[in-house]
Amino acid sequence: MKPFTYHRAQTLTDRPDGATIIAGGTNLLDLMKHEVMTPEALLDITALDLNRLEAQGEGLRIGALVRNSDLAADPVIRRDYPLLSRALLAGASGQLRNMATTGGNLMQRTRCPYFYDRRMPCNKREPGSGCAAIGGINRNHAILGTSPACIATYSGDMAVALRALDAEVEIDGPAPRRVPLSEFHRLPGDTPDVETALRPDEIITAVLLPAPIGGQQLYRKVRDRASYAFALVSVAAIIGMENNRIAHAALAFGGVAAKPWRDAGAEALLIGQPPSDALFEQAADLILKPAKGYGGNDFKIPLLRRTLIATLRDATGMEATA
Amino acid sequence: MQISLSVNGTTHDLTLDPRTTLLDALRQHLGLTGTKKGCDHGQCGACTVLLDGRRVNACLTLACMVQDQPVTTIEGLGTPDALTPLQQQFLDHDGFQCGYCTPGQICSATAMLKEIAAGWPSHASADLTGPVAVTHAEIAERMSGNLCRCAAYSNIVDAIRQAAEQQGDAA
Repeated sequence: MKPFTYHRAQTLTDRPDGATIIAGGTNLLDLMKHEVMTPEALLDITALDLNRLEAQGEGLRIGALVRNSDLAADPVIRRDYPLLSRALLAGASGQLRNMATTGGNLMQRTRCPYFYDRRMPCNKREPGSGCAAIGGINRNHAILGTSPACIATYSGDMAVALRALDAEVEIDGPAPRRVPLSEFHRLPGDTPDVETALRPDEIITAVLLPAPIGGQQLYRKVRDRASYAFALVSVAAIIGMENNRIAHAALAFGGVAAKPWRDAGAEALLIGQPPSDALFEQAADLILKPAKGYGGNDFKIPLLRRTLIATLRDATGMEATA
Repeated sequence: MQISLSVNGTTHDLTLDPRTTLLDALRQHLGLTGTKKGCDHGQCGACTVLLDGRRVNACLTLACMVQDQPVTTIEGLGTPDALTPLQQQFLDHDGFQCGYCTPGQICSATAMLKEIAAGWPSHASADLTGPVAVTHAEIAERMSGNLCRCAAYSNIVDAIRQAAEQQGDAA
């Protein structure tokens, strides 16, 4: 690990220029040990008053320092936003969920092995050096929203649920603002090193949830082992039924792009229709129309299709068939 | 920098590089070698300790960031003459082979049983809001952050389950 100076913030404005924020540290310290990230100054924000979960309007305000385990176990989250509990519980381990924070989870970096390996080219780590994953080992990589510069995924689970829940990110800085989660993470384009809408002089202070919308809320994660592994693909689904027809549909996908993926066209296709395999296949076709495999990850295209259809069958209460 | 750590009820004043993890502070500066270094990247759980009673990976924790939180290591959980019920169950069920992951397993399971008692659900829970049954599937899911290279998992699960039943009887 490279040397750094350590500062413990006592107030939100107590921010030395250029300092990298640390909270749970579960991803940042790992990247610092690999010397993929080499901050000269660390700003420890864990003493700040950002660890409350409180009602705000008809929704909820989740402080940026609320730990993943506390958020997943919160009685209001479990009752009103079960999708969020499910996504959190599907991620990491008991130890890591006790450490990881809401804000830090949004800021986690990709797990692309070439990003971690400083001997290999990576446009995210070293802009202009190339992408070793294209043409390399890319089993875990993205199939949607990729660019010739980068095919890394955003690997988290929490943000996939937040995307389906229409959450917003509350940001403090020179001009405090709110950013919809849909605009918080960026697709790679020509600048895969720019991963989020957060500017260097800004800090996440909270995640805001709108009023509960009910419905069936399911998070289905497919991975290489039963627990403690990143998603190959995941599907966050919120489905509301009325008179045996789909009245509301919000679908977000993890493990397939540099951001939690969502397709408004597919949701519109489902709404007003009675559930059927033919309908779900049409929705999957629409979502996967722009999908592109890179060899090792070609299997993710049929895997996402099947996972979506299975999740929709469960969420709409269709009888399982052999 | 000057760092003050509260470990197993004793406060220690240390001069440490800010880069020092809690794991290295415990092992190299306080001589508490019960906490093990496996992967040093938060993947194996051998370094699990309790911070304010909650299980964390000491390898991904900077010592300077936890000065206000009491740390409990395996040295603070029972003694050879006075084992905790969980430690006794690990012995009775042969919940280890080489023993390297055991301190982390025991610290992790100690906190995990408190999480269950507090009603925290897991990925294996069918119902997010109902009571948690201490089943094999629940224990396996909740202990997935602790790897055992000898694969003593079956006996580890049995040991934890027995300890949970004892705890339930006592409650």
